[in-house]
This record gives sequence, structure tokens and C-alpha cells, in this order.
Amino acid sequence: MMKVKDIIDDLGLTVFSGKSGLERELTGGYVCDLLSDVMGNAQTGQTWITLQTHRNVMAIASLKDLAAIILVKDNKPEEDTLKQSEEEGIPILGTAEDTFTIAGKLFNLLKNQQ
Amino acid sequence: MHFEHEIEGGNFSQAGFASSEIKKVLKQLNINIKVIKRVVVALYEAEVNIVAHAYHGKMEVDVDTDKIFMRLTDKGPGIENIEKAMEEGYSTASTEVREMGFGAGMGLSNIKKNTDELYITSKVDKGTTVEMTAYLNRE
Ligand SMILES: Nc1ncnc2c1ncn2[C@@H]1O[C@H](COP(=O)(O)OP(=O)(O)OP(=O)(O)O)[C@@H](O)[C@H]1O
Ligand SMILES: [Mg+2]
Repeated sequence: MMKVKDIIDDLGLTVFSGKSGLERELTGGYVCDLLSDVMGNAQTGQTWITLQTHRNVMAIASLKDLAAIILVKDNKPEEDTLKQSEEEGIPILGTAEDTFTIAGKLFNLLKNQQ
Repeated sequence: MHFEHEIEGGNFSQAGFASSEIKKVLKQLNINIKVIKRVVVALYEAEVNIVAHAYHGKMEVDVDTDKIFMRLTDKGPGIENIEKAMEEGYSTASTEVREMGFGAGMGLSNIKKNTDELYITSKVDKGTTVEMTAYLNRE
């Protein structure tokens, strides 16, 4: 089983916060910027790729027990989002790439691990 | 066991807090994880609906030996046509709220999918009550 820390180097991700959660197990990924779609469909252990940076993103990640969040296109988490990420130990990661590209890379990485 | 949380309309930075508190309690009570997952989705959507659409509200949760009963009541604009509101994709969310990623019109259908019973009553210009039940023996 892959862990969050295992994707950081390969995907060239920045770790913004929640370092204590880098050991979390990662089962897959989910891509959407509509919060209720994520609430309804994301599964425990997935990494959520989004451009939303406000605190509700962390609230959802925590309620759904997601492994980590990847913010695309150099988006940075807001202050209270960072704070909750630290408290919950759910990492917020960042990339300069767009959603399509990073999702494709993560998909391949996970596929090759199986 | 009875639990209650106040919910403030418009305060998005607190949205999800009440649901998260209930999730912690249910975990402590050793409720089946599959039931917790469903209940959390339903509670969060109902909580955010108060934050996004109403002025002030309350979340009440009763944990029984065979079921979890949840009631969210609010003072707010109410829902004129509940049937329509239930349709996936229907939303009256403001542009601001949509920019945050809310307003897909999926909240109520998420609630429907994740509860065993759902009962909504509403009075325009007064408020809305959402009552939901999840049975503990039904995963
Ligand atoms: N507590 C409420 N008070 C007033 N109106 C509500 C309330 N809950 C829901 N509604 C109405 O029902 C509509 C549909 O609700 P629903 O939760 O399905 O979608 P949404 O909140 O608009 O978007 P989403 O939940 O996908 O972010 C809302 O847009 C709103 O018009
Ligand atoms: Mg909603």
C-alpha cells in the first residue's frame, strides 16, 4: 500500500502542512471542485485534487477521511485551512501543474504500484 | 443519547464543525463505521445548507440502540418547492457561494442517498426542518 509520502518526490509536490499525516495510506485519487460531489463520491484514503483553497476543503477531507489534498496551479491554502490541516494531520500538497496533468501522473503512479 | 449544536448562517469558516463533533461522538460510541460514513455525509450537507441558505439553525442528534435520528431546524427563507429542491442540479446558491464550490445542487440528493428516512418540512420566510434517520443494522 502506498503512503502519501511516496508520491511527493515522484510528482514534485510541495508540502504546505500536515506533515504528521505523510504516513497516511493512499488508496486512489478523486478530482472535482464541486464540494457536494466530493462529499457524495470520494472514498476513504483517496487524495483529492482541487483548486479550492478555503477551509471547507479541510472539513470535507477530515469528514471523509481522505489521505491528502493536492492544490493545483500554484494555489496556496488559506491560513485557517493550513491550521486545520496541521490539527487533523491531513497533508495539503501543492503543484504548479493543472488538474489534468497532475491527475494523470498520479493515476500512472498508482497503477504502476499495483 | 442526545446531542445539540448551534449553526450560524453565512459563517462558512465554521461549516462542518457540528458534523465533525457528531462524528467524533459516534466513533467513541463504536457505531458501525459504514453507518458513520453515511450519517456524516447527510449531516454535513444539511449543516452546510443552513450556512448557505438560512440565517440560523440547530442540529439535534439522538443516538438510540437501533437508529440515529437527526433533526436540523432553521430560521430562514424556507423552501418553496421541496420536490424541485430535491432534484439533482437545482440550486439557488449565490455566485459567491458557487465560487467556493458549493451550489452544485447535490446536497439534498446526497442526504437522500445516505439516509434510510428523510422528511423535509418548510415554510417560506419562516424556515426549514430536515429530519433524517439512519438505522444501525442497515449498512
Ligand atoms: N435549509 C434550507 N433553507 C432554505 N433553502 C434550502 C435549504 N436547504 C436547501 N435549500 C434549497 O434547496 C436547494 C437545493 O439544495 P441542495 O443542498 O441540494 O443544493 P445546494 O445547497 O444549492 O448545492 P450543494 O449542496 O450541491 O452545494 C438550494 O439551492 C436551496 O434553494
Ligand atoms: Mg446544499
